[in-house]
Amino acid sequence: MASAPVAVVDYGVGNLLSVRRALEHCGATVAVTADPAVILAAKHVVLPGVGAFANGMTALQRQGLTGAVRQVATGGRLLLGICLGMQMLFDDSMEFGLTAGLGLIAGSVVAVPSIASDGRVQKIPHIGWNSLLLPAGRESWNGTLMQDLRPGDAAYFVHSFMANPVDPRHRIADCHYGGIPVAAVVGRDNVLGCQFHPEKSGQAGLSVLRRFLRM
Amino acid sequence: MGAGERGLAPEAHCLAALRSTRLIARLDIKGPNLIKGIHLEGLRVIGSPNEHALRYYQQGADELIYMDCVASLYGRNSLREIVEAAAQDVFVPMTVGGGIRSVDDATDLLRSGADKVAVNTAAVANPELISDIARRFGSQCMVLSIEAKQIGPARWEVYTENGRERSGKDVIEWVRRGVALGAGEILLTSVDREGTRRGFDIALVRAVTAEVSVPVIASGGMGTAQDLVDVVQQAEADAVAMADILHYRRAAIGDVRQAAQAAGLSVRTYG
Repeated sequence: MASAPVAVVDYGVGNLLSVRRALEHCGATVAVTADPAVILAAKHVVLPGVGAFANGMTALQRQGLTGAVRQVATGGRLLLGICLGMQMLFDDSMEFGLTAGLGLIAGSVVAVPSIASDGRVQKIPHIGWNSLLLPAGRESWNGTLMQDLRPGDAAYFVHSFMANPVDPRHRIADCHYGGIPVAAVVGRDNVLGCQFHPEKSGQAGLSVLRRFLRM
Repeated sequence: MGAGERGLAPEAHCLAALRSTRLIARLDIKGPNLIKGIHLEGLRVIGSPNEHALRYYQQGADELIYMDCVASLYGRNSLREIVEAAAQDVFVPMTVGGGIRSVDDATDLLRSGADKVAVNTAAVANPELISDIARRFGSQCMVLSIEAKQIGPARWEVYTENGRERSGKDVIEWVRRGVALGAGEILLTSVDREGTRRGFDIALVRAVTAEVSVPVIASGGMGTAQDLVDVVQQAEADAVAMADILHYRRAAIGDVRQAAQAAGLSVRTYG
């Protein structure tokens, strides 16, 4: 378990209390911070976020934290993006016009299709509990953030956009919405992300956070 | 959005079948206590809200609803501290309502660990509040809470102040307006059935789910797990709020989940 504080990046977006409490529940000491020095001193960094992509990137830049988050990633320390925080790890997003992201995982963020695979209209945003599945081509979750979960375990999602990693190996878990695969967990080496809210996903979510803290 | 989407019968049916029915534990609060009434009256103290909340979370509740049932009456909200304490060991979505009068009240509760706010009395008095909250935090955060009392064949009136005051509004018209203003979910409580264990008001729930495409939580009257199955199969409720059945330990959430699965409903895989 991590003894150094886990830095939760506070850039003025979203409810950080639940993320903090969930990490503490998993045994972590948590610093909710906008201080680049604290972020750079942490072994584990969490980038949370809700709302629109462009607002999130602007807020991160305005707080002068873009560089610190990039350095965490390039310096090999563990970075976990949650929900919008995960989407911001990618190259760009189409939400309200093309906006550049952090570029830490290759790929784009696009709208969750409002037409299901069989042509039916489906509700957007995608809200609620959904099952986590092995993506096509992945054999198991051994050695990943998802190691302690079984395919079919459910997590809680609230989102309208989804990330499409260029490299299928960066896709750790999917969920299916209207028959369309949606990236639920992504990872490239030390840069990790979950589209769902682990802090609101009961035991399944806590297992993901515990595994992150042990990495 | 809006009227008619569920009118596309076969498609709407399949759409509903894809989504899991959510099993929600509802905690009505008065001051520091978890309470339970009948028809929202004659409130009886059950115990500590957070001890029960933790038990329901551990049993696998998909969500929790906290409702301060005297907040509107006294113009205050005692839920903030209770929710803040719950956020310490409950890690599923929490909806909080009772006495929310402004965007600031909503902000305060969302910062305290709530994921959604439920508004009734203040929205009836000032419908723009629905839009203000939805614009600020998104529709998914804005739950319109409706307390409905039957006043005639297929007619229900909206009540406020936890079932104490008539509003003169028709439930179906109000639900339509509320969704147009930005409500992302409906918490529909039948005052007639609440606390009676006589089953949900199927006709009421069906009338509302036929009218709007946002998720509808049926509340009030669950006596047995079969009542849940009925309101989902016959009225297309998206979620069910349970109180009496859990508080008096007539069933645990796991039992309800198993019964729902056995009846062919889709529920979250848990445990």
